[in-house]
Amino acid sequence: MKRSLLSISELGSDGVQRILDLADTMAEVSRRPNPKVPALRGKTVCSVFFEDSTRTRLSFETAAKRLSADTMTFAVSQSSLSKGESLRDTIETIAAMGVDAFVIRHSSTGAPWLVDGWTKASVVNAGDGWHAHPTQALLDMYTVRTALNRPEGFDGLRVAIVGDIKHSRVARSTTAAFKAMGAHVTWVAPTTLMPPVVDEAVTDRLDDVIGTDGEGVDILYMLRMQNERMTEALVPNLREYTNRFGLTPARAARLAPHTLVMHPGPVNRGVEIAVDLSELPGAVINQQVTNGISVRMAVLYDLLSANPDPTSDIEITEAVAAARTEQP
Amino acid sequence: MTTSESNNILIAGGTVVDSSGTRQADVHISNGVIVDALDGDPDITIDAAGLTVSPGFVDLHSHLREPGKEEAETIETGSRAAALGGYTAVVAMPNTDPTQDCVSVVDFVRRQGQIAGLCDVHPSASITVGRAGEQLTPFAELADAGVRLFTDDGNGVQDPLLMRRAFEYAKGLDVTMAQHCEVERLTGGAVMHEGDCCSRLGLPGWPSLAEELMVHRDIELVRLTGAPAHFLHLSTQKSVALVRAAKADGLPITAEATPHHISLTDELLASYSALYKVNPPLRTMDDVTSVRDGLRDGTIDAIATDHAPHVSETKEQPLDLAPPGMLGLETALGVAIAHLGDMELADIVACLSWKPAAIAGLGSVHGRDVVPGEPANLTVFDAAEEWEVVPAHLASKSRNTPFVGVPLIGKVKHTVLNGILTVRDGSATR
Repeated sequence: MKRSLLSISELGSDGVQRILDLADTMAEVSRRPNPKVPALRGKTVCSVFFEDSTRTRLSFETAAKRLSADTMTFAVSQSSLSKGESLRDTIETIAAMGVDAFVIRHSSTGAPWLVDGWTKASVVNAGDGWHAHPTQALLDMYTVRTALNRPEGFDGLRVAIVGDIKHSRVARSTTAAFKAMGAHVTWVAPTTLMPPVVDEAVTDRLDDVIGTDGEGVDILYMLRMQNERMTEALVPNLREYTNRFGLTPARAARLAPHTLVMHPGPVNRGVEIAVDLSELPGAVINQQVTNGISVRMAVLYDLLSANPDPTSDIEITEAVAAARTEQP
Repeated sequence: MTTSESNNILIAGGTVVDSSGTRQADVHISNGVIVDALDGDPDITIDAAGLTVSPGFVDLHSHLREPGKEEAETIETGSRAAALGGYTAVVAMPNTDPTQDCVSVVDFVRRQGQIAGLCDVHPSASITVGRAGEQLTPFAELADAGVRLFTDDGNGVQDPLLMRRAFEYAKGLDVTMAQHCEVERLTGGAVMHEGDCCSRLGLPGWPSLAEELMVHRDIELVRLTGAPAHFLHLSTQKSVALVRAAKADGLPITAEATPHHISLTDELLASYSALYKVNPPLRTMDDVTSVRDGLRDGTIDAIATDHAPHVSETKEQPLDLAPPGMLGLETALGVAIAHLGDMELADIVACLSWKPAAIAGLGSVHGRDVVPGEPANLTVFDAAEEWEVVPAHLASKSRNTPFVGVPLIGKVKHTVLNGILTVRDGSATR
C-alpha cells in the first residue's frame, strides 16, 4: 500500500512528529564526511516541476541522492505540455518508466492529489498553487525544534506569520504545522493580503506582535512580497508595505533576543526584510535551507523504505546518539 | 412506419399533472394531437399506472456544443439526452463556434434539431456579436428567424451603456434579454465560490457580490426601459432577494435556477475534482436554501439545466485549468424532486414545463395542458423511483455529471414529441 505526503492535515500531528524524529537521523547522515547511505538504493524518485523552483527541486534531489535513490527530473520547459499533452498523460508516461515517487510542484491547487489518483507511485507535494507546501512546513518545524531545543512540541510558543498570506501556500501549510505542534499562530497582513475568510488570529499591526519590551512573539515568520501584487491594487506601493509590514531596522532593534526570524526564501531584500541579516542574531533562514535536505530525506525515507526503523537501513553513529541526548 | 411513429397512442391509467391541476385520466393521442377518443384501437398502449403524465419539459438553458465542439456534444446527442430527461423542447445557448449571432447559424442549429427529431431545439442568439460585448446583434432579423431569448451566456454584458441600449432596442420586438450575471472585474481567475472553502484551498474566489451587482443593475435597467429581462442560473441568497423585490414592484422579470444550485455546495471542491467546477460556482448551504425558497415562492420561475458537456480530458485537469460546466438534462427531474421534497409535484413540474415554456416564447406549443386539441408534447415519469446516475449509461456524448452517488428521485419513462415517442420505457427510440 503506497503512501503519499500531500498536506500537513493529512499527515497529522503524529506524522509530523515521526518525520521530525526521522530528520534527526538524516541530519546526522548529512553531517558525515561522506553524507550518503544506501537506504533507498534501487528506488527512483522523479521530480516533476510545472513551476520554476530550482531551490526546492535541488533540495529534494540532494535528499534523494544522499539516500542513494536514483533521480529523474521532468522540467516543464522541455516538456510536451506545450504541445497539449495532459498532466495525466505526462504522469502516466513517466510512471510507465518505473518510478517509486513523484515530487510534484504545480501552479494549480490540488494537482498532486490528482496525480496521486493516477499512479501507484508515492507522491510528495512540493507546492500546489496557493494551497499547500508540506515539506516547507516540516523543515520550518524542524528548524524551530532544533533552534529552540523543543523536541517535545511547541506548546505556548507564539508565532506571527507576516505578509502575503492570501497567495501563500507556505503560510497555509506552516500555520497548520505550527498548530499541530501546539503553537499559537497570528497572521499579520492588511485585509487585501488575507484570504476572504480567516479562522486564525489576525492583526494588521506588526508593531503589536513585536512588542517593545522583549514580550513579543517567539517566532517572526516573514513571507516573500511579490512585486506583481502592486499591479493588483493589493497594496499601494512597496514603500508603504515595508513601513507597515517589513522588518525594518527599528523593528529589528525591538525584537526580543530569543525571537527567531524565519523566511521561506528567496528573500525580497529591502521589502519584507529591510535589515542586514547578519545583524539579526535570531535569523535562522540559512538553517531552514540546510534542514530542508534532512527533512526531505526523512520524508522520502518514510514513504519509500520498507523498514519502519531507520537503524536497519542507516548505521547510527555515536555522533547521532549523542546528538539525540544533547540537542543544540 | 415504425412503432414509435404510430399514429394512435393510448397512455392509460396515469395521473395527469398540468397547470389546471392533478387528476386521473387516460390520454389519447392521434396524429400528434391529444384527442377525446381514438378511432379504433391504439397502435401503442402505454401503461401509466402509478406514473405521472405531464406536459413535456422545456429547458431554457442547454449548451449543445454544435457547431464548434462536437467532440463534447452534438445537437443529436444533446437532443437525445434531453428526451431521456423528459424534455420536448430546449433552448440552445449561443456560445457556439461560430457564435449564434446571425440568422445562418441560428437556422443551422434549428435544422440540426429537426433532423435529429428528438426534441424541439430552439436556438437563442447572443446579445453582442461574437459575445464580445461590443456590438449588438441584429435583434429584429433574429427575432424574425424565431429567436426569443438573447444572451451572451458564459459572459455577462459588462458595459452598462451597451446593456441599456440592448434593453431599449429590444422593446417591441417580443424578445427577452437573458443575462448571465457576473461582473468580471470581481471574478478574474476565479475557480470557485469565495468563502471559507476557497480560503482553505487557496483558490481565487468568485464572490456572490459579482452576481448580485449585475442582477441589481439589470433590474434597474428594466425599471428604466420597461423591457423584460430573464436572469440565468441565479445562485446567491441576495440575488434571490433582489429578484423577489423587483417582482413585487411589478417589473417584467423572470429567473431560473439550475439543479446543481439547489443540491450541491462549494465544499465538494475540496475533492479537487473539476466535475464540481461550474459558473456561477456552487455556493454555500445558505445559498442553496435561498434558491430553493425562491423556486418555492415563485421568485424563481424555472428550473433550467445549464447542461454543459465537456470531454473527460478537459475535466481531468486541475481545478483552475478545467472549463466550468456540468451535465444536467438527464438528471434534472431526479434532482428536482429529491431536493425540493416539500414542494407539490405540480409546482415542480411547473418549473420544468409550462413556466419555462412561456419564458422561451414556446407557450403555444409546449407546456400546454393535457387536454384534447393540444399538441401531444408529453412526459411520463415515475415521481417516486429512486435511482443513481451511471455516467457510462448517459446519452450525452460527455460524462461530466456531478451527481454520481447522489440519490435521485423521479425517473422519466416515456417522452412524446408531437405525438411520437422519443423515449419509451426509459430508452430513446432513435
